[in-house]
Amino acid sequence: MDNPYVALLFSFSFAIIFSLVFVNLSRIFGQSRPESEKLDTYECGAPPIGNARTRISVKFYMVAILFILFDIEAVFVYPWAVSLRSFVAKGMGTFVFVEMLIFLGMLFLGWLYVLKRGALKWD
Amino acid sequence: MGDFFEYLKSQWSFAQEHPALAFFLLVVGYGIVMIGFFSAFAGPVTWVERRVAGRMQCRIGPNRVGPHGFLQWLADGLKNFLKEDLIPNAADKILFRIAVYPVFAGVFLTFVVLPLGPWIVGADLSVGVVYLLAVTALVVTGIIMSGWASNSKWSLLGGIRSAAQMVSYEVAAGMALLTAIIPAGSLSFQDIIEHQGGWPWQWLVVYSPATFLAFFVYFTASLAEGNRTPFDLPEAESELVAGYNTEYSGMRFLFFAFAEWANLYVIGAVITAVFLGGWRIPGVDIATQTNNIWLQFAGAAIFLTKASVLVFVTIWLRWTLPRLRVDQLMLMCWKYFVPFGIGLVVLSLFWQVLAAAVPTWVTSAISVLLTLAGAALVAGMFWRAWYNIRAGKDAPVYTWLI
Repeated sequence: MDNPYVALLFSFSFAIIFSLVFVNLSRIFGQSRPESEKLDTYECGAPPIGNARTRISVKFYMVAILFILFDIEAVFVYPWAVSLRSFVAKGMGTFVFVEMLIFLGMLFLGWLYVLKRGALKWD
Repeated sequence: MGDFFEYLKSQWSFAQEHPALAFFLLVVGYGIVMIGFFSAFAGPVTWVERRVAGRMQCRIGPNRVGPHGFLQWLADGLKNFLKEDLIPNAADKILFRIAVYPVFAGVFLTFVVLPLGPWIVGADLSVGVVYLLAVTALVVTGIIMSGWASNSKWSLLGGIRSAAQMVSYEVAAGMALLTAIIPAGSLSFQDIIEHQGGWPWQWLVVYSPATFLAFFVYFTASLAEGNRTPFDLPEAESELVAGYNTEYSGMRFLFFAFAEWANLYVIGAVITAVFLGGWRIPGVDIATQTNNIWLQFAGAAIFLTKASVLVFVTIWLRWTLPRLRVDQLMLMCWKYFVPFGIGLVVLSLFWQVLAAAVPTWVTSAISVLLTLAGAALVAGMFWRAWYNIRAGKDAPVYTWLI
């Protein structure tokens, strides 16, 4: 019972149950008078033209890919930051430090490449 | 919660005899307290925000329900509860219905790791900060789900923009948090807080110039992650109606709003825990605070005060700054914040090496200097606000506060 993840599991269940119960209670207590106008997609009151299943700009896709790359790199740095002290205590501080500088330098080079290729242009 | 359960066992014979049952009761009670805390923060903050907005725009704001309109949030909740839950014909019905739950759960789950005291915490995870970043991604999932499932152009644009913005600024926020984690040497929020002291010059924000700058980077990035002005493009009401929740009504809409306002607390609380000393009381050491339950509550009050001040600043910014354009927003993140964040991490590294090499009084002196700079900054901000209030004397000024 000392496992903190038990509390997480319970919190997750609480959040889901709480929102499920209230949303569905509202379906019972709330009104329900559907009309065709009401159930139309909202487009400022005019009849909707087409639907939203169209193509969207590729820029968003680029952002998503960049996010995955950079966030995974950042996640690699976290455990390093935590274990830095124990490495310093063992006398391996300089080695670990230089390794991280190389890693961040490569990350920076990757960022420069992305910038030069124009992946971040928004026009 | 483990520590608290051990304490309960020692105080309460029932818990010794039936540990499983007592633990279950503890968990149920804890869940109710968490939901209560969540609502007790998210609800009144909507009222505070509307009142502050009214004050800043020389109008009154909600003042009919309860004293100074304080019960407005309850009235809004009840009204939304009794409204029709519309699901548009064109929408993807299943996704449309379930999109609310990840958003709500994502924000709610962050409340679990944010500590209010040595014992007043849902779960002290050893991976706290990474957990926080991971759970925030659940919100992105829900938002993009709602935007796509609505099958409305406004919702789709809002949802996609929101997802792009949230994931981009998460990189910058992660780098800024990393800068603070390097001196603290742990990902657990409790360890990070214990690493700091109660006095302002012992906080991580003034530990080094790197953390000082990281504070601003993180604050800005978390504003963008929480879709707050000046980064509220996803729900830019003058462009996109309401963004990803345009088609939502009733209780589902309420849960989106609920999550958004509770997220304000998350912004304030994470900054308080990581940069501003968390629940530490000035002049009280950790052992004393852990052993005295009243000191723990005092620490919780201090934590909530700091978080509330940050929430107020966030609201203040919303009604002060104009909105950015979408390309400016993304460029600001990828061209300036991300490389700046990497630079801060490197600076923080160098500082670790430097701090070990120079005498302690040098680093302490720099901390004090940074504290003075921060104090001057805050004082300047408030003086400026006060000056503007005085300058606008001709405008109708209400005698009551907020």
